[in-house]
Amino acid sequence: MEEVKLMKGNEAIAHAAIRYGADGYFGYPITPQSEVLETLAELRPWETTGMVVLQAESEVAAINMVYGGAATGRAVMTSSSSPGVSLKQEGISYLAASELPALILNVMRGGPGLGTIQPSQADYFQATKGGGHGDYHLIVLAPASVQEMADFVALGFDLSFKYRTPAMILADGIVGQMMEKVILPEQRPRRTDEEVRAQCPWAACGRGNRDHKNVVTSLELDSAKMEVNNERFQATYRRIEENEVRYQEYFTDDADYLVVAFGSIARICLKAIEDARAKGLKIGLLRPITLWPFPTTRIAELSKQVKGMLTVELNAGQMVEDVRLAVEGAVPVRHFGRMGGMIPNPVEILDALASNFDELKL
Amino acid sequence: MTQEEIIRPENKVYSRPELLCDVHTHYCPGCSHGVVHKLVAQIVDEMGVADRTIGIAPVGCAVFAYNYIDIDWIEAAHGRAPALATAANRLNPGRLVFTYQGDGDLSAIGTAETIHACNRGENIAIIFINNAIYGMTGGQMAPTTLLGMKTATTPYGRQAELNGYPLAITPLLAQLDGTCYVTRQAVHTPAAVNKTKRAIRKAFENALAGRGTSVVEIVSTCNSGWKMTPDQANKWMVEHMFEKYPLGDLKDVESKTK
Amino acid sequence: MKEEIVIAGFGGQGVLSMGKILAYAGLMDNLEVTWMPSYGPEQRGGTANVTVILSDAPISSPVLDSYDTAVVLNQQSLDKFEAKVKPGGTLIYDPSGIHRLPGRTDITVVSVDAMTAAIELQNSKTYNMILLGALLACRPVVGIDAVLRGLKKTLPERHHHLIPLNEQALRKGMGLVGDK
Repeated sequence: MEEVKLMKGNEAIAHAAIRYGADGYFGYPITPQSEVLETLAELRPWETTGMVVLQAESEVAAINMVYGGAATGRAVMTSSSSPGVSLKQEGISYLAASELPALILNVMRGGPGLGTIQPSQADYFQATKGGGHGDYHLIVLAPASVQEMADFVALGFDLSFKYRTPAMILADGIVGQMMEKVILPEQRPRRTDEEVRAQCPWAACGRGNRDHKNVVTSLELDSAKMEVNNERFQATYRRIEENEVRYQEYFTDDADYLVVAFGSIARICLKAIEDARAKGLKIGLLRPITLWPFPTTRIAELSKQVKGMLTVELNAGQMVEDVRLAVEGAVPVRHFGRMGGMIPNPVEILDALASNFDELKL
Repeated sequence: MTQEEIIRPENKVYSRPELLCDVHTHYCPGCSHGVVHKLVAQIVDEMGVADRTIGIAPVGCAVFAYNYIDIDWIEAAHGRAPALATAANRLNPGRLVFTYQGDGDLSAIGTAETIHACNRGENIAIIFINNAIYGMTGGQMAPTTLLGMKTATTPYGRQAELNGYPLAITPLLAQLDGTCYVTRQAVHTPAAVNKTKRAIRKAFENALAGRGTSVVEIVSTCNSGWKMTPDQANKWMVEHMFEKYPLGDLKDVESKTK
Repeated sequence: MKEEIVIAGFGGQGVLSMGKILAYAGLMDNLEVTWMPSYGPEQRGGTANVTVILSDAPISSPVLDSYDTAVVLNQQSLDKFEAKVKPGGTLIYDPSGIHRLPGRTDITVVSVDAMTAAIELQNSKTYNMILLGALLACRPVVGIDAVLRGLKKTLPERHHHLIPLNEQALRKGMGLVGDK
């Protein structure tokens, strides 16, 4: 029987990484996600699965260790929080440009700058629009529960290997620090050298029996060839957009208004909507699970049904731009946000709905 | 005697190492990189480890090292080669992992990665080309640029009060418990080339044997950046560079224990 | 059944671990649980609070604006959370360190002198278990056996000899409420 455990989201990430059969984790302490590295150190997977766990000298070094490990075909990951993820952007751009699979966890805290250690969603733009230099996207998964924190490790790695592009779990301090019930996945064996070579024929892991060298690089000084590279990246992104959009809907069947929210904030919105429904207000919720690719098509469909949309975010209005792009002016799209680590409660969310849409005033 | 009569196997005293790719390099005539590339190719050949060697290329003139030596390569971001090497080595036991870096890469932007990889005693070899200048970007000042030396960003000569002092980073690395072999060599004479070859081979053997980090600094010329002929550059290196960067072993744990 | 609880006090009073023990007890009783701490840079001192939700249905928001039960262990926490107890709910407070008493009349207010009780048990570390006992006497959302099973599961083996002391503290806390 599956064992139900109680743990923090950050701890679930560590357990799930080991059970996925991840080959390496490279990180640097920063609140509110240090439990990932602490839990891995406590669990000592190098003695069981052989997984490498290393505290790097900086976030920059950590992401470049991920780059080095990923280039050899290994399943490697890092985790950090907002200021640290800014430092990682160099390496993330190189990972994308070298078409390497890797998993990056950002447990967002309030910014800009050193900001606060309290929860935030202010890195939405950074995560979904590329983040570093150049034209690229990450696959961005937004967990709303400790269970999803655990599940998205495997999903993130699998998608990232499938499309040879880095994936990010974009969490927030709530889902990182919160304890909930979780069912951990079964332990999978780490891939053998032979399996790595078979799965990743591009990997620079030593020539072995290959008759040619493998080179992992993001450099191409011939503009015509670099354009071809970019076209290949973009073709990958179009395939991901076609196949990997994920979202969850609540009460949308008869909804007159739609709330769009991601991560733990979607759960606070759900409670607000349950309260509103008890008062007869027909409000629905769409929770994007993939922030990139974004559920543009579904939101466009819903814009033909509802009279207005409200995004609720822990930022000054970021995802709202993608919702507006999807809706193309069909209905008003408003934003309600808290910043700096403040978290809205369900009552505030109902107030925001009422103040934006006259029909929702009680 | 015709050319055909001379080129015969029994007359052969030198040939291109098998792993050195048969392509033109982008290096300037007289550059030290070509010699060091040849040595790396020769050593990997001689050690018979081409199937399990991973080179980490830097940003700088040696960025295209991966085009010239027929082994697997990973191209690093500027200065991050030791971080890549750390993971490539730890995740792939039994591989020979080395970085090949210049002075800007290793001792400016990559100082942290260099020091901490050495301090952890990563079982890697670091080949450090110190020509006291940024070659690829067009001859700007490096941390290792000598006082008074003219570069694109010190057109009136490097001044301590403006630009700080030349950085000898190798002695710093020799102090770290994680390094097992730290040496400074050059490739300006056949004898020096032979000594450098022995040093790189030793560094590679240390890495495979898991003895810790080895650093082979190679004091080099950049005749284009220095605006000299290759011959002038070699002379200038001997007269000026060796005073600040004297050749010889700085640390050799293996020989000490013998 | 759904119980929304906040526990608040100084860091070091065992606020977060009391919430954790309650959450584990919920797990033992097959309830859905969330444990959401306030987290800060301090390891000791400062204020700390934790929201614990126990429910027989899936839990939506882990963040709340009102609570069925509040356990407050210092004045700041009382000032912050008294108004957030739902009408008909329960407010448990430790009178030591409280200079302004709660004034709500539409809720059940329970004073639990856990500090004195912990001194009687000659172990200050039993403080939060005494309060947990009092909480369970007021709001029997999980059984004492579930708490003990949860403790057994979460405590390392070398600390299992402390379980009887914890049971004693729980029962003492329950008794403090029974006396009212």
